[in-house]
Amino acid sequence: MPAFLTVFAKEFLENLRDRRTLLSALLFGPLFGPILFGAMVSRMLNQSVAESDEPLRLTVSGREHAPGLIRYLESRRVQLKFESLSEHAARDAVRAGTAQVILIVPEEYGARFTAALPAPVLLFADSADSQTRKSADRARLLLAGYGSGIAQLRLQVRGVSPLLAMPVAVNDIDVATPTGRAVVVLGFMTYFVLFAVLMGGLYLAIDSTAGERERRSLEALLSLPVARGSLVGGKILATCSYMCASLAISLTAFVFVFRFVSLERLGMSANLGVGTALKFFAICLPFVPLGAALMTFVASFTRSYREAQTYLTTVLLVPTLPIAFASIYSLKTRSSMMFIPSLSQHLLMTSVLKEEPIAVFDVLASAGSSLALGLVLMLVTARHWRRETMLG
Amino acid sequence: MIEAAALSKRFGTVEAVSDVSFIARDGEITGLLGPNGAGKSTCLRMMYGVLAPGGGCARINGIDVRGETSAARAHLGVLPHAAGLYDNLTARENIDYFGALHGMRRERLNLRTAELAQALGMESFIDRRVKGFSQGQRIKVALARALVHDPGNLILDEPTNGLDVMAIHSLRDMLRALKAEGRCILFSSHVMQEVAALCDRVVIIGHGRVLADDTPEAIREQSGAQSLEEAFLHVLGTPTGVG
Repeated sequence: MPAFLTVFAKEFLENLRDRRTLLSALLFGPLFGPILFGAMVSRMLNQSVAESDEPLRLTVSGREHAPGLIRYLESRRVQLKFESLSEHAARDAVRAGTAQVILIVPEEYGARFTAALPAPVLLFADSADSQTRKSADRARLLLAGYGSGIAQLRLQVRGVSPLLAMPVAVNDIDVATPTGRAVVVLGFMTYFVLFAVLMGGLYLAIDSTAGERERRSLEALLSLPVARGSLVGGKILATCSYMCASLAISLTAFVFVFRFVSLERLGMSANLGVGTALKFFAICLPFVPLGAALMTFVASFTRSYREAQTYLTTVLLVPTLPIAFASIYSLKTRSSMMFIPSLSQHLLMTSVLKEEPIAVFDVLASAGSSLALGLVLMLVTARHWRRETMLG
Repeated sequence: MIEAAALSKRFGTVEAVSDVSFIARDGEITGLLGPNGAGKSTCLRMMYGVLAPGGGCARINGIDVRGETSAARAHLGVLPHAAGLYDNLTARENIDYFGALHGMRRERLNLRTAELAQALGMESFIDRRVKGFSQGQRIKVALARALVHDPGNLILDEPTNGLDVMAIHSLRDMLRALKAEGRCILFSSHVMQEVAALCDRVVIIGHGRVLADDTPEAIREQSGAQSLEEAFLHVLGTPTGVG
């Protein structure tokens, strides 16, 4: 058996017996993403469904001063609740959350309305609360609708065409496609997949380098008649195997999550079946050796488990950088981006979800660049292992 | 046979080892004696090839360690300073791992492990995981691991450091048995009694240089001291031993 396979077999077995490695590689790492993602999406679903289906709730004080307005609101199926509140009490109620939006009609409303002067109403809402802000927006829109209806009537009564008061007619045209809306959500998802890939190998990369040094077995290993490249190669290969397992578990979990959370209800056509999961696996596979080599490389410079953990948790964030960069500057997908690892995987996975056609060149560029960078990192790591400073 | 020929090594401006020459012969136990920081570990590390000598060379059975590292290592077993084991593997798996990396075939490895288990008295715990082993059990596994490829030469760096009396005692017995088999054993220590109890030949190192190279008895006589301990201090030239 070649030396690197001996090293691989030993690292694989040794870490299979380590509870910490197993929990993080095969449980926490791969399941964290799907669970968080499922929770996030189902919350979004509940919110958007609530938005469109549920009637607006409005607490009104002073209904006797504006019977016309109340009739209008009732005709728009607003659930009204009548209470007699002072301004102060209304402020407190909104702040305490006992009411979401409160409308107060003051006493002078009636007199000013009849005199065709601007009639004041007070709308209380908390703009810092994202849920009640939407209700407040809906209330504001209804009030504006009522106002413009009255204005048109007043102009007509005076013999003026209401069109004179509408110099500009704005037509809103929303070009967002159902899948386009999903992109933000999907950005998270592809990152979770890459995160699971890295988490799978994290502890093995630490254990096979810094761990070897901490338990003082490194020097004995280095004094064997084995090429350092074989040692590093075997260790990286073992790390890769755990990463693949983690990736497979994570994707399986995503398939399950998507079964319970259908994105169509959010107006997204994205869906994740077994076929898509297999495509994801193939797309992420070239990223595996790169991640393993990167983590092994970084961990090789550390002296202890703790130190390695500190540095490697930073490495876990590295794949987010290109994805974040591209979305902050809202860069359009170009073939040149396929040479950037993690970003290229993100773009390819997104394309698969959107059911867009994928160019063969893009797939080759993504896989080739990731594998090449992985190989370079592996060679650099092997070179570092040949240095005398490895003894520490 | 282990041979150092004019070995020297510098770390930055510090001359760790300079012009060290000595020979450890087959069928003998040679002790490398010196205070902490005298350059013993650096010396040994050059001899088993994890450090490149700044000058001179180290030879195992006449093979230059630097030139043909793998060939030289095939004849050499190494027990580095505080040799750690893999806690999640059994004693047998620890030994097998090193055997396999030496390129040994499975059948030969099985025979050899059984042989070592019997010779070192490891049969009762050979298939248990190393986690929770006593120091005595650990040193046996580490020694078996160093001897798995049946090397004619053995280098041990401060093997008794941190061991309890029982473990030291059994280590001494094991080293004597290996010597009786005709192997060449080179070990370092800063404890004189240990060297006196075990060695046929003593090489005293101070400030990276060889200060004496003879039998314990001859060293004592030459210095005119009553005990080996006094002779050691006399040879080092300072009461404390280091600068």
